[in-house]
Amino acid sequence: MITLKNVSKIFGDRTVLRDITFEIAKGEVICLIGSSGSGKSTLLRCINGLERHDGGDITVEGIPVSPQTLKGVRSKIAMVFQRFNLFPHRTALQNVIEGPVHVLGRAPRDAEKAGRSLLERVGLGDRCDAYPSELSGGEQQRVGIARALAMNPTAILFDEPTSALDPERVGEVLKVMRGVAADGITMIVVTHEMSFARQVADRVLFMDDGYIVENGSAEEVLTRPRVARTREFLDRVLNPV
Amino acid sequence: MLNQFLADAVEFLPTLLSGLGLTVGITITALLVSVILGLTWALMGMSKFAVVRGISRTVINVVRGIPIIVQLFYIYFVLPELGIRLDAFLAGALGLGIAYSVYQAENFRAGFASVDPSLLEAAQSLGMSEHTILRRVIFPLAIRVSLPPFGNTAIMLLKDSSIASTITVAELTRAGQLLAASTFKNMSIYTLIALLYLLMSLPLTFMVSGLERRFKRK
Repeated sequence: MITLKNVSKIFGDRTVLRDITFEIAKGEVICLIGSSGSGKSTLLRCINGLERHDGGDITVEGIPVSPQTLKGVRSKIAMVFQRFNLFPHRTALQNVIEGPVHVLGRAPRDAEKAGRSLLERVGLGDRCDAYPSELSGGEQQRVGIARALAMNPTAILFDEPTSALDPERVGEVLKVMRGVAADGITMIVVTHEMSFARQVADRVLFMDDGYIVENGSAEEVLTRPRVARTREFLDRVLNPV
Repeated sequence: MLNQFLADAVEFLPTLLSGLGLTVGITITALLVSVILGLTWALMGMSKFAVVRGISRTVINVVRGIPIIVQLFYIYFVLPELGIRLDAFLAGALGLGIAYSVYQAENFRAGFASVDPSLLEAAQSLGMSEHTILRRVIFPLAIRVSLPPFGNTAIMLLKDSSIASTITVAELTRAGQLLAASTFKNMSIYTLIALLYLLMSLPLTFMVSGLERRFKRK
């Protein structure tokens, strides 16, 4: 449902994405791993047009991603951010129904009903009226996921969804993400959670210096990586001390 | 002495109150003009086009660099020579509104700048149009930051409306001046004027701090 062909991205004199080509099938869960600065987040942000790619083609369900098609593309692809990016002046429920009401034009009452059941689903049924500042990081991120789900997307992009969390809060967010994966929603997850990648990902992509250097099943990439750089990276991540 | 003051108050208040009416009228009109123009300068200042940003910056620097009284003289005395004739009230309200729009622009700019860009990305990723992002994300967040300085600006504008007296608007200060000149009751009259200005500015202060508290809760 998402294809990238020879995609490149340049910031000033720095090339951050080089010749990126891969396809994502509907319902597939892809984990994007690699050291910081390797281009993972930029790649994610090019898919929904938060960054504009400089070369190559990105298509979402056949629609090429360009400034003219952004609205349509973004209505199919939701995003979950590292730092949650919840609207601080709106409650959890208001955050969740913001898109359905003000982008999709749903009736507020219907959106609220759906929003409550989404918050229920991420385990926050009793925190609907809390403001983001009253929620823990893990709770905020679960609201972020509910906000993405509320758009009824075919795919969700996760940009390091657990990196800003206290370690004891990571599990609750990953659990919700497993649920999303089980529902058959296409997911592209930039992450450092190797156990999540191993257990949930259909495919793992390893990025290095703007290139995709590994693209295979979690088992292949994480236990029998083809190139030395992947082995070094995995060694650093799995055995930090 | 107090009795004398009260007697003077009864005698002069009706005249002063009609002046006060004009002061309120000028202040509200000028405030409206300053908000509309200030918002325009602030939005132009955020434009992606350098020319538009340049115009906004130039207007702000020029208007800020000229004394308000000179701006009023210009509108009231010079524009008629160019064929644009405004009555004193309109010239005063418009002039004060333009003069104050640059301070309002700064208040609004600070408010817009306070909005975390990551929230704009969240809004974009939901597929919001630029207009919806302004209405649903930027304005409601910016107003929390803009409101306290906005309150100060409004109070300053209320007091500076007395400058309109220099172009013959018989607002509160001018009305009092005329009374004082004919009765020589300077102490009573200027005390009354000071009290009347306070009576108008204090509620404004309370209103702003009330609104601030309401926003802060969220």
